[in-house]
Parts: sequence; C-alpha cells; structure tokens
Amino acid sequence: MNLVSLAPLAVLLPILGAAAAFMMVRKPRVQITVTVVTMTVTLILECLLLAYTWDTGATAVFIGGWESPWGISMVVDRFSALMLVVSSAIVLAVLVYASAQGVTDTDQGGPVSIFHPTYLILVAGVSNAFLAGDLFNLYVGFEILLTASYVLLTLGGTGPRVRAGVTYVVVSVISSVIFLIAIAMIYGATGTVNMADLAVKLADLDPDLQMVLHLMLLVGFGIKAAVFPLSFWLPDSYPTAPAPVTAVFAGLLTKVGVYAIVRTETLLFPGDRVNNLLMVVAALTMIVGILGALAQNDIKRVLSFTLVSHIGFMIFGLAVSSVLGLGATVFYVVHHITVQTSLFLVTGLIEQRAGTANMDRLGGLARISPIIAVLFFIPAMNLAGIPPFSGFLGKIGLMTAGVGLGTPLAWVLVGASVLTSLLTLLVMVRVWARAFWRKVEDVEHPPAKLTNAANQDREERTGRRRVAAGMLVPTVGLVSLGVAFTVVAGPLYNLSDQAARDMLARTPYIEAVLGPEAAAKAERDLELLDEQGINRTDDGSVGPGNGQGLEAPVDSDGQDTGTRPGESGGDDDSSGEPVDTENDTDEGVQP
Amino acid sequence: MTVNFLLLLVMGVMYAGGIYLLLERTLTRVLLGMMLITNATNVLILVMSGPPGRPPIVVDGVDPSEYSDPLPQALTLTAIVISFAVTAFMLGMIYRSWKLGRRDEVQVDTEDVKVAEQPSFDAEDDAELQEETSEFLDEDEDPNADYEHATALNPATGALTVKHQADGTVSVTSRPGRQEEGHDDDHHPEEDERPGSPGARPGVHGVSGPGYDTTDDQKGDRT
Repeated sequence: MNLVSLAPLAVLLPILGAAAAFMMVRKPRVQITVTVVTMTVTLILECLLLAYTWDTGATAVFIGGWESPWGISMVVDRFSALMLVVSSAIVLAVLVYASAQGVTDTDQGGPVSIFHPTYLILVAGVSNAFLAGDLFNLYVGFEILLTASYVLLTLGGTGPRVRAGVTYVVVSVISSVIFLIAIAMIYGATGTVNMADLAVKLADLDPDLQMVLHLMLLVGFGIKAAVFPLSFWLPDSYPTAPAPVTAVFAGLLTKVGVYAIVRTETLLFPGDRVNNLLMVVAALTMIVGILGALAQNDIKRVLSFTLVSHIGFMIFGLAVSSVLGLGATVFYVVHHITVQTSLFLVTGLIEQRAGTANMDRLGGLARISPIIAVLFFIPAMNLAGIPPFSGFLGKIGLMTAGVGLGTPLAWVLVGASVLTSLLTLLVMVRVWARAFWRKVEDVEHPPAKLTNAANQDREERTGRRRVAAGMLVPTVGLVSLGVAFTVVAGPLYNLSDQAARDMLARTPYIEAVLGPEAAAKAERDLELLDEQGINRTDDGSVGPGNGQGLEAPVDSDGQDTGTRPGESGGDDDSSGEPVDTENDTDEGVQP
Repeated sequence: MTVNFLLLLVMGVMYAGGIYLLLERTLTRVLLGMMLITNATNVLILVMSGPPGRPPIVVDGVDPSEYSDPLPQALTLTAIVISFAVTAFMLGMIYRSWKLGRRDEVQVDTEDVKVAEQPSFDAEDDAELQEETSEFLDEDEDPNADYEHATALNPATGALTVKHQADGTVSVTSRPGRQEEGHDDDHHPEEDERPGSPGARPGVHGVSGPGYDTTDDQKGDRT
C-alpha cells in the first residue's frame, strides 16, 4: 500500500481525537492524554509523508476512489508536507504548554474542558487546508479552522475577548464570503473546482475575466493572511486571547492564508500579472506593520504587529516568483511559524511570572528569571535576523532573489526589507531594555507579582523552580527548533528550492492529479504566457523577471542552489538525487 | 450559459442590504447583514449552476446536458450549514456582549485608546541627554540623573487629545505644543525649561505617561 494514501488521516485523526476528548470532558487528565497522543501520532504520520514526498514530489490521493476532476482529491507535495510537519510540531508544543498552564493556573475562569477538542478541530482544519486538492475543500478547511478559532479566541467569554471576537468573526466571515463568491464565479466560468483542472482550464478564459477571479481570490486570502491594507483586524483581536491560543494563531492561521496565496499564485494564475502589485503590498505590509509595533506597549500587541510586518517578507518572495524567491518564501514561512510561536509562548511565561505583559510595568526580568530572558532573547534576535539564526538566512535568500530580479521596484523592496529588519531589531531591543534590563525600582506601577518576585529573589537566591516545567519544556523545544533551522539550513533550503521549482513548473502537481496529458497542456499554456510576457514589454519591468522565473526550473540543474547561504554543497549526496529525478521528469514531459 | 434574471436581482438586493447593514455599529444589524451576505452568496452559487433540468439521477439514454448540475447544490448545502453555525455562534457572542456591557454595539478597544492617548514624545526614550563631562557625578550634580521625569510633553510635537464621546466612541485630535501656536517652529524653550537642565526638574515625580488605574492590574483577562 502506498504511504501517501494515509494522507487523509492527517485530517481524520484530529477529528476523531476531538470526539474522544469531547467525551472525556469530565476527566481533564484523560482529555490531555488523548489529545497529546493524537497529535503525536499525527505528527509521526506527517513526518513519514514528508520523508516520502522528499524524494517523489507531488502525489495525489483520490478519496473514495473517484478519479480526479470528479472526486475529491488531496494532494501532498513537498510544500504542503513541509507545512504539515512544521504546523503539527508547533501545535504539539503549544498543546503541552497549554495543558501545563491549565493545570497550574487555578484561577483561570473559563470552561477549560472545551479547549482540547476545539484545539484538535483547529488542527484538522489546518491540515485539510494544506492538503486540499480543490478550491471548495480549501474553503471547508478554512471554515473548520476559523470556526474552531472563534471558540478559542473567546474562551471564557470575558469582556475584552468578546469585543475582540466580534471583530474577528465579522472580518473572517467577510473574507470567507469573498472566497466563496470567487469559487462560485470560477465554477460558473470553468465548470470545475479542482485546482489541477482549473490550472488547465483557467488559461483558456478571457484575460480580463481571469484577472477578476484572480483578484477576488487574492483579496479573500489577503484578509486571512493579514496583508497590509487588509491586516487591520489582526492586532486588535489576537492579543486578548490566552497566551497559547495567541501563539498557535500567530504561528499558523495567517500562514494558512499565505499558503493559499502561494498556491493560487503559482498553480492557478501563473505569470507575473499582479507581481508588481504584490511587491507594493509586500513593502507596505513590512513598513506599516513594524511602525505599528513601535507604538505599542503591550508585548503581545508588539508581537502581533511584527507578525503582520513579517507577512510582507513572505509576499516579497512570492512576488519575485523565481525559484530563489519562492524557495526563500517557503523557508521563511517555516522559520517564522516557529519563531513567532515561541515568542508568544515566552510572553505567556512572562505574564505568568510577572502578572502583566505591559512593557511599561515590567522590569528586572533578566535578574528575576534568567531562563525567560534567554528564551526571549534567542527568538527575538532570530526574528530580527541576526546572522547565525535562520531569520538571517531567510532574509538573505529573499534579498538575493530581489537583487537577482533587479527591477527598480525589487530594489525598493530589498531596501524596505533591510529597513524592516533594523526596525524589528529596534522593537525587540526596546522590549528587552524595558522588560528585562531596567530595575524593578524604575518601573512606575509594577504589578504586585513582579515586586514580590523581585523581593523574594533577593532574599532567597536558591529555591524551587518558579516556572512550571510543563510550560518551560515546550518553549525550550520550540526555541531550539528555531535554532536548529540554522543547523539544517542546507537540506531545508534544498527542499524549499525543490518545492518552489515544483510549484513554478506546475507540471508535477497537475501530473499527479490529472495525468501527463493535462500536465503537457499546462506546460504549453505556461510557454504561451511566457511569450506573451515577453511581448508585453510596455511595462518594462515585467519581461525579464518572468522569463527568469519560469525558465529556472528547466535549465538550472540545481546550479542556483550554490548561491544559497549556509549551504556548502557538502550535503549534496543526500539531496542531490531528488534534483536529478525531478529534472528527468520535467524533461520527459517537455515537448 | 443562460441565467435567471430574477435570481440575480434578488442576489443584488441582498448584497446591497447586507453591506449596508454591515456598516452599522449595532451588533444585531451586523449579524443581519452577515446573514444577508452569506445567503446572497448561496443564491450566486445557485445561479452559477445554470438552468434547471432533470433530477441528476442517471437514466439510460438521457443526454447528460439535460440533467441539472448537482455540484453547486452540494456546495450551497455546505455553505448553508457553515453560515448557520457561524450565525448561531455570533448570536451567542452578541448576547454575551450585551450581558457584559449592556450595549448592543461594537465596543471600543481600551488598549487602542491607551496607545492613542500616549504622547508621541516618550520621556524615557526621547529626552535629550546633556553631555556628561565626568563619570563621577553625584545624583545632585548629574544633569541626566532624572531624565525620565524631565518632561512628559515634547514642546515641539505636543500631545494627542482623546475625547470620549457620549455614544462610547473616541475621537483623537492632535494638539500643537503648549507654546504659542507655531508661528515660530524653531522656537527653543528657555534654558531653564530645557529637558534635563536642573531648573526644569519638576518637583513631583511621575508626571510622565498616562496614569494607570491600579484596579486595571490584571487587564481583566488572566491567562
């Protein structure tokens, strides 16, 4: 039996686990065990999937045995498998953290028994969105995860959470409606919702109609991904939720939006018709987001704004639409999921230790709790992109791609990303200087918990562990995972580049779902588009980027990976093989 | 493809009404608007399925184009279920919001107001430090010893005024500095007023920053 045919279990297992956990509402310990076991099994399954697709590339599963344009298909390719593994890893870490916090914080008022089932439903939705082979299934995946997120965001139903929840629900519903309208119009125009089928059929439509459908999808996903003009809702709604919930939202939900944007841009609407728009949007997202972060005083809100800001980096790589750029985007998404989640978890630790996450009222944490300080410092520097860390590698990859494109807009974007990195550093240093370095005596209204901790600390240096181990261990795990991305940057970048090459070539995906004939037709469409792109030189900046981006998968032979940072070519024996097989299939398909 | 004009008209009216209601501040109207918009979308999907035909049950010898398209109906059904769930949840949340605040309205984010109220000049970050001539100064002699309290308000930029209005909304206006209204932009305060100089040191500590309510300690949401 084929391993990939187990892919639907990634969705099914969490749902079954949720049902089991829901039945155990009265027994919190059993509930936690059920949830953790479910997530662990899912994670192992997804690791196997990743190992499988690492070599073979895209594979499709036809649910119920119905062939593709008619039945529902799930597609596992390198990008979706990678996203699945990373998301499940952080979900598991946050789950352990949340369970420990629920046990230690006795004064938490909300109905905690509902947390675990809802959390698993959220995971099922995320997995479904990553695996979906047709647009409507993607919509259903989004709705599952959004509905679960409504419950998690308003957990306990306190005033601030309900206020934030109202905004969040209304905005999410509007984005879903826009997405659904786009699906309806796409179905009306082409008669299919299967993404591989659409990739073939959309190219035959009138370009103007294509543009309308394209922009509808982009706006719908843009709201979910919190891209600049559509990002207003995020910093308002995320910070009020409990720390683990915010952590998993920040890590995952916007990235599902980014994933959907990447899929539509590469698979459904190839070419660079909106790339200039995306570049402008990316630059504005970065700059406006980080300026917002500078104005905030609450650490959770600061992090929400940096989250918005760094979405811009992912859109940047996508807008460049070369193997270099898209590969860097994939790498950056993986890096950012981990780092952003660990930062929010550390903020949860700060809140637990000091009683507030407001920078104005924090101080002396470096002395009171050195472990929290270290745990904050590493991902903060990682986020800002200080050299040894993966944030630096991701950013340098994006900038290399931007410089390689060489258009004026790309240069502006490179400048904006440098500026954003520096401002991120400033924001993080500001948090560091206030919350960790200054003395408790300098704080104007320190919360009682903080002063107590400071006094206690002075009296008895030795003593018991004050941060619960159950919360500390997953945080340490995530922080070290973020650091580990530096160590495995070579293979990871290789994988990202291959994922990007697959996505830009489109043929592996379409061939997996519909067979070689459809893939050949898609290839011809792409070439036609390429010619049009070159013909359409009135824009000036359009032609070269397109040609470079689309031809790279054919003639690169893995050469361009040599320019990657942190990759010395020593690990080629492990990952060189898939490159070769990949090119073989590409050439086999080509006319 | 032929389309039913009446359905399109209904859809258009529903969208228009829904969007109008969504722009309201009252939560129940927002809910109604949401319902109208989601159902208008269901109508749109139905319109996209083309003209109605025979029931989609395969009968030998019938041309496939005579059946009506079953897929959009399946899609609509899914969409209806989803919008039903979300509407129910939203209703619960509106009720909760009303129980908590006795207001059927979108509430103002207090944290946003705090950020808007804080002066653009941060005493701690932005105070001009006097040049230190020696590292060995006592507290009394050191011009920078008290820099945090040097000033809460930058004379050049002024502060933002936040007005809480009767209906619960907030309006933010920028007020020029406390000096005469900017006929002289380069106006420097007198030497004695200058931040950091000993003469400008206020008698009372803690003028900087908006005062925090001590009852606000836990921010209402313990996590």
